[in-house]
Amino acid sequence: MSNAPVDKGRRRFLTVATGVVGGAGAVAVAVPFIASWNPSARAKNAGAPVEVNIAKAEPGQMIRVKWRGKPVWVVRRTPEMLKELDGIADRLRDPDSQEPQQPSYAANKYRAIKEEFFVAVGICTHLGCSPTYYQSGMGEHVEGVASGFFCPCHGSKFDIAGRVFQSVPAPLNLVVPPHYYVDDNTILVGEEKGQA
Amino acid sequence: MANKFIQWMDERIPMTKTWNIHLAQYPAPKNFNMWYIFGVLAMLVLVNQILTGVWLTMNYVPSAEGAFASVEYIMRDVEYGWLLRYMHSTGASAFFVVVYLHMFRGMMYGSYQKPRELLWLFGMFIFLVLMAEAFMGYLLPWGQMSYWGAQVIISLFGAIPVIGDDLTLWIRGDYVISGATLNRFFALHVIALPLVLVILVFLHIIALHEVGSNNPDGVAIKKPKGSVPDEEKPKFKFHERFTKKYDIVDAIPFYPYYIVKDLIGIGIFLFFFCYVIFFNPEMGGFFLEPPNFEPANPLKTPQHIAPVWYFTPFYAILRAVPDKLLGVILMFAAIVLLALLPWIDRGKVRSIRYRSMFHKLNLVNFVISFVVLGYLGTQPATPVATLFAQIFTFLYFAFFVFLFFYSRREKTKPVPERVTS
Amino acid sequence: MKKLLIALITLIPSLTFAAGPTVPLDEAKVDLHDKASLQRGAQLYMNYCLGCHSLEYARYNRMFSDLEIPQELGEKYLQFTGDKAGDLITINMSPEAAGNWFGNPPPDLTNVARVRGADWIYTYLRSFYKDDSRPFGVNNAVFPNVGMPHVLEELQGMPAETYEERRIDGEMKQVYAGIQADGTGRLTESEYDQAMLDLTSFLVYMGEPMLLEQRRMGWFAFGFLLVFTILAWLLKKEFWRDLK
Repeated sequence: MSNAPVDKGRRRFLTVATGVVGGAGAVAVAVPFIASWNPSARAKNAGAPVEVNIAKAEPGQMIRVKWRGKPVWVVRRTPEMLKELDGIADRLRDPDSQEPQQPSYAANKYRAIKEEFFVAVGICTHLGCSPTYYQSGMGEHVEGVASGFFCPCHGSKFDIAGRVFQSVPAPLNLVVPPHYYVDDNTILVGEEKGQA
Repeated sequence: MANKFIQWMDERIPMTKTWNIHLAQYPAPKNFNMWYIFGVLAMLVLVNQILTGVWLTMNYVPSAEGAFASVEYIMRDVEYGWLLRYMHSTGASAFFVVVYLHMFRGMMYGSYQKPRELLWLFGMFIFLVLMAEAFMGYLLPWGQMSYWGAQVIISLFGAIPVIGDDLTLWIRGDYVISGATLNRFFALHVIALPLVLVILVFLHIIALHEVGSNNPDGVAIKKPKGSVPDEEKPKFKFHERFTKKYDIVDAIPFYPYYIVKDLIGIGIFLFFFCYVIFFNPEMGGFFLEPPNFEPANPLKTPQHIAPVWYFTPFYAILRAVPDKLLGVILMFAAIVLLALLPWIDRGKVRSIRYRSMFHKLNLVNFVISFVVLGYLGTQPATPVATLFAQIFTFLYFAFFVFLFFYSRREKTKPVPERVTS
Repeated sequence: MKKLLIALITLIPSLTFAAGPTVPLDEAKVDLHDKASLQRGAQLYMNYCLGCHSLEYARYNRMFSDLEIPQELGEKYLQFTGDKAGDLITINMSPEAAGNWFGNPPPDLTNVARVRGADWIYTYLRSFYKDDSRPFGVNNAVFPNVGMPHVLEELQGMPAETYEERRIDGEMKQVYAGIQADGTGRLTESEYDQAMLDLTSFLVYMGEPMLLEQRRMGWFAFGFLLVFTILAWLLKKEFWRDLK
């Protein structure tokens, strides 16, 4: 039946070419399926930046807001609290905020833009529980430290700048979300300054 | 490495064997024409429906309160949600297009005749399940047409004497179509019926590969063992499952020859498919009906209710009959008669190529009746339209009656021994 | 038989024209690339329609970005409901109250262009006329006895049905000659037509906000399929040479 000799090179080329083009098509078809798992417009808008009014915050008070479904804390720290941040560096895992758990403008000793206000995502970096805020009385968990955060789930401990103590399960400091001061009384959580 | 893996697998599961029996060493008649693409296309659309369907359920809310809004959510808020939805809605219509053409191919070439009766019956069951699947799926967007279309079709069961009213109540689970109806339709549409459909498709293919494919000449490619001289046998190796009992002639392996040929058909089909998805997803109101962009309102019926196009031939038959019960019976009979074709057609010649002029005209009559009824089913039931519907309903059924009588002593042309190329 | 056939054929036109709109619809020449028109349409909608008709499946910020309206400007000049740009375009009127005022609650219009079509909307908006027998003093030629006031009266003025005398079969008869505004509106007739086209275009956009992206992807798909089909055809030809 077959009289014409088979051109193996041409056949191979066409097979590969069709396979590659068909494969590219399959990848293109996969895009909508994969992309549809991204947060939808509803989820993104529900996770839009949140304004926090700090005008009425008392010294030592914590304001909780929800951002992207997670608790975000804004703590108005007293001068006594800020003083506690000194002298415990040797008991912390990451006292100088080397790990990228905060935006660069909060990678300082206070882990904040203005030292008075500490903004953090209230989720333990261990397994995702929300730690308890100790305005005072943290001493029962950490010797010589009056204020901080203690996670009831597995006993992780953080100082009042969200820095994690050594020998607890949590590996990293609490996350500081992107935020900026719209004016003296308002913090916008979830957006960097100048970002659209 | 690859060989070792294949060997490891083959010792545990018949991988290579299955590949050979059903693809690489499956003897397919060498004279398939373009009518033989629709089976492959139906498989392709089935895969499309399952994948996009699974993805749609990820954001769809099956409740009377949330369904409509969740579809709009998919269309507007979910990334590429509109594309997934259009692929699914277009796929539904495409499914019927290819299945109708696939069935017509079978009618043209007598593919339902002995020994392929069971194959045909499995096909008809697939068609039935597909209709149920499409009907239930159409309720899910919870638009005006979803609601009132379901209302009308469920009411059909009310025509059944004695139990009719109780039956419709039971199907709806409420005094009207409600969230209860929506939820049970959702369950059936997304899991129960697709499962049945996939099993039936599997059986359809198993039955096909047992008896072997028919072809446009309707001539068997299996000849008695030992009747064919070696030089006339194809040069290809076919699986011994096929060659043990028969000599195979005029066949080529399905893989690679028909696989590469089907790729062209798939490419051309996808042109049409993409045209609808990207340029005309409503297809002039036939694939997505405009009133369905309004949420279901149990207090207000749209001015003109028509089922989606693939139901309209049967719907036209229903409306053509002035008696409710008789209409329902005739509508179902229109489908049952198709299923009984292997026994209605008593001819021995399969392909239309070698059958009588009368048979050809009769088949043309069938096609025209089906198409005209389909058109009439989309139109309002004016007295003129009803008269037309009655005439073509008569012609539709006449096809089967004529066929039953003339096929026994039909004047056919001589059938060749071997397929023509 | 022949007579029956002829009778049937003569009936075909009456069959096809059995259903149709009573008023011929004017063609709305919608151009979704004309962002300025869409923006004007959005402005009209937010000022005149949103009091009663929500667009409750669409979001402000999506509309702003699709229509190339800067978000700050949008929030300032187009957003009168909802607190955030990411909110759905809802209304504050409860459906119950609305039902009491208008008989039926005013429908949501997100998908109205898909339900009715652009031509219908365009013609409807230009077909209100004075009719003192109706509760709101107006009626509509496209949607008779609609329970909606002529919200755009300050733009169009109060239109009325006009008739002209025409000689038909040797007799002078009053013939309906369309709707004519009384000139008290802020816009001229052609300005009003353009404004309604803007509004219609905006609603067409609302019905299918993905339309332009959809078309663009469609051309890519066609291009891809062309290459694929040609390759498949060559491949088939190559393999089928075995069978010659």
